[in-house]
Amino acid sequence: MAKEPRVGLFATCLVDAMRPQIGFAAAKLLEDAGCIVEVPPSQTCCGQPAYNNGDRETARALARQVIDAFKEYDYVVVPSGSCAGMIHAHYPALLADDPNYAALALSLASRTYELVSFLVRVLKLERATASYGEAVAYHDSCSGLRELGIKDEPRQLLAGVDGLELRELAGAEECCGFGGTFCVKYPDISTKMVNDKVADIEATGATTILAGDLGCLMNIAGRLKRKGSGVKARHVAEVLAGFVGGPAIGEER
Amino acid sequence: MRSRPGSIKSNTGAALADPVLQEALAKLKTGFQAKRKIAAANLPEFDALRDQARDMKRAVLDDLDSYLEIFESKVIEQGGQVHWAETAQDARDIVLAICKKANAKLIAKGKSMISEEIMLNHWLEEHGLEVVETDLGEYIIQLRKEPPSHIIAPAIHLNRKQVASAFKERHKELDGDRPLDEPRALLDEARAILRQKFLAADVGITGANFLVAETGSFVLVTNEGNGDLTQTLPRVHIVLASIEKLVPTLEAASLAVRLLARSATGQEMTSYTTVTTGPKRAGDLDGPDEFHIVLLDNGRTAMMGGPFEDMLRCIRCAACINHCPVYGAIGGHAYASFYCGPMGAVLTPALAGLEDWAEMPDASTFCGRCEQVCPMRIPLPRMMRAWRERAFERAITPAATRFGLGVWGFVARRPWLYRTLVNLGMPLLAMLAGKRGRFAQLPLASGWTKSRDLPAPEGKTFLAQWEAYKKGGQR
Repeated sequence: MAKEPRVGLFATCLVDAMRPQIGFAAAKLLEDAGCIVEVPPSQTCCGQPAYNNGDRETARALARQVIDAFKEYDYVVVPSGSCAGMIHAHYPALLADDPNYAALALSLASRTYELVSFLVRVLKLERATASYGEAVAYHDSCSGLRELGIKDEPRQLLAGVDGLELRELAGAEECCGFGGTFCVKYPDISTKMVNDKVADIEATGATTILAGDLGCLMNIAGRLKRKGSGVKARHVAEVLAGFVGGPAIGEER
Repeated sequence: MRSRPGSIKSNTGAALADPVLQEALAKLKTGFQAKRKIAAANLPEFDALRDQARDMKRAVLDDLDSYLEIFESKVIEQGGQVHWAETAQDARDIVLAICKKANAKLIAKGKSMISEEIMLNHWLEEHGLEVVETDLGEYIIQLRKEPPSHIIAPAIHLNRKQVASAFKERHKELDGDRPLDEPRALLDEARAILRQKFLAADVGITGANFLVAETGSFVLVTNEGNGDLTQTLPRVHIVLASIEKLVPTLEAASLAVRLLARSATGQEMTSYTTVTTGPKRAGDLDGPDEFHIVLLDNGRTAMMGGPFEDMLRCIRCAACINHCPVYGAIGGHAYASFYCGPMGAVLTPALAGLEDWAEMPDASTFCGRCEQVCPMRIPLPRMMRAWRERAFERAITPAATRFGLGVWGFVARRPWLYRTLVNLGMPLLAMLAGKRGRFAQLPLASGWTKSRDLPAPEGKTFLAQWEAYKKGGQR
């Protein structure tokens, strides 16, 4: 790349509040790959909860806020397929009738990437330099998989991690039951889904489950811990960046 | 118009606690899902056909009036009669009048979801007619006085033992001690009984998978051949079809047929694919004397030109249902609607009103698998979201959800307030969780913590730490 791309890191509200280490892992991966990383302080939420629950006006307001916060960057990178999918796949339609923001929404959508797919597709990263001596399974989060087509990229980078053994999860493409507000609106259905997911994870014999979305990971980790399972849950960026010294998601400190 | 009492929320507990249902639903993965995958992989042009089918159907819907007119004139030309039903009641009245005029006592029925939609059996029985479902699955649930739990596999929620006991209870004329342990024995018994019904029926009623404008024909696919017997043996045949079943040509119908079975059951084609045009002609060996087509609107015209028009491309293959994780958890009866799963979540509010049915589009994780497998490329999540928008606008969305969203929206739109709150709240929560790093219980989060621990925040927020890191120059 001719010059260092300026990347606006959209940490997502969940990463910002719950697990900052994913934000730092993302920043490290981007900086190591030659990006200038900035974190606009006016970022809050991408608007997905409002959008998915029918509150279109709030979703629009938040979309405009995100656009304002990130419009000056070459790229927007998000350590979440779901929030990246919101910006990439939904902002343009959401703001199509807004004379001031329609074009900006399209432009931002075209420059917005989920973290791992950005590393592979745009920065052409071929292997990570980290090491992780465990058997891991990767869960394909629905939005990243189906809205952004992310499937091979995380597997490609994980394959290069020293000592890591990647095991395929039966039903890797099946929803874990998180679904944003779904998990609290329909807790029993959600529990049934995450139970199936946890059974699939345990069947692989992997000791760590990885995914690219903190929402799914909190759901899966929460169920694993409630069951007393020793399987760890981590964001894929934490492993790729080598941030694996501390406790996994929901683990004792 | 509920086909069963309750709501998804109130029916979930029973559905999850039903071991037979859960066993049946677990088989979706190795059954319909796996078979569809293989069938799709074996047809390299599968995705291209989906595009063609979508475009074909879009063109039909853009000009539906003309196609319906052509279809009507062709049916009449071929000796059939066409009846237009604007509402469910119109359709029930038309069907009943035809049956009365034919002095009918016994009606044989092929499987038809529209007849469920308009609750036809109940209506006919109320008026003194005997109605017998001839599709095996439909026959079984008719004996048990249940609605279907799946649009193509109506009795998927039952096991062999339950079928045997339904047969023993309802086939009272047979020896009570007969062995019914083997599927073959069940099949033989149903076949023997249904055969008498086919021969004795005065009127046959079927649905239609496709109506063909250029010829006035209709296409019916089945795996049991019961649809063919239902339409050829009785004196009078009534086809009950909704207006969006129309395709322009036989060529277009064959395109849709190629997608239908592959998407539904993973078959290349169903065992029987029958194209029928008009009643029996002079010299024909079989076929009905009278051929009626009842064209039902029941709210479909109102879907045209709006956000739900794409739903009218649906060919009722059930691929979305077979791949839906919510359906996979609770089965079809829990929806309490004649249509279930993602297709039902879009269609039911359109046909029966959002006020009563807002829960259906709400009960989805938006995982998007339904759209991924839909042969007609119907954007099901987009349309469920459109229903949620209407529910929100009309204040049908539950108060708790509206309140939660309102608070979140208010805070998220004020970055300074948002930062203040998370910067205060997260370290506090982290401290409360202590060394354990998670919560087993948390006020206001019982929906989560009933079955899951809630991972606790690490402490300071990312943005606060990032600022410190940038100032201090080190992480």
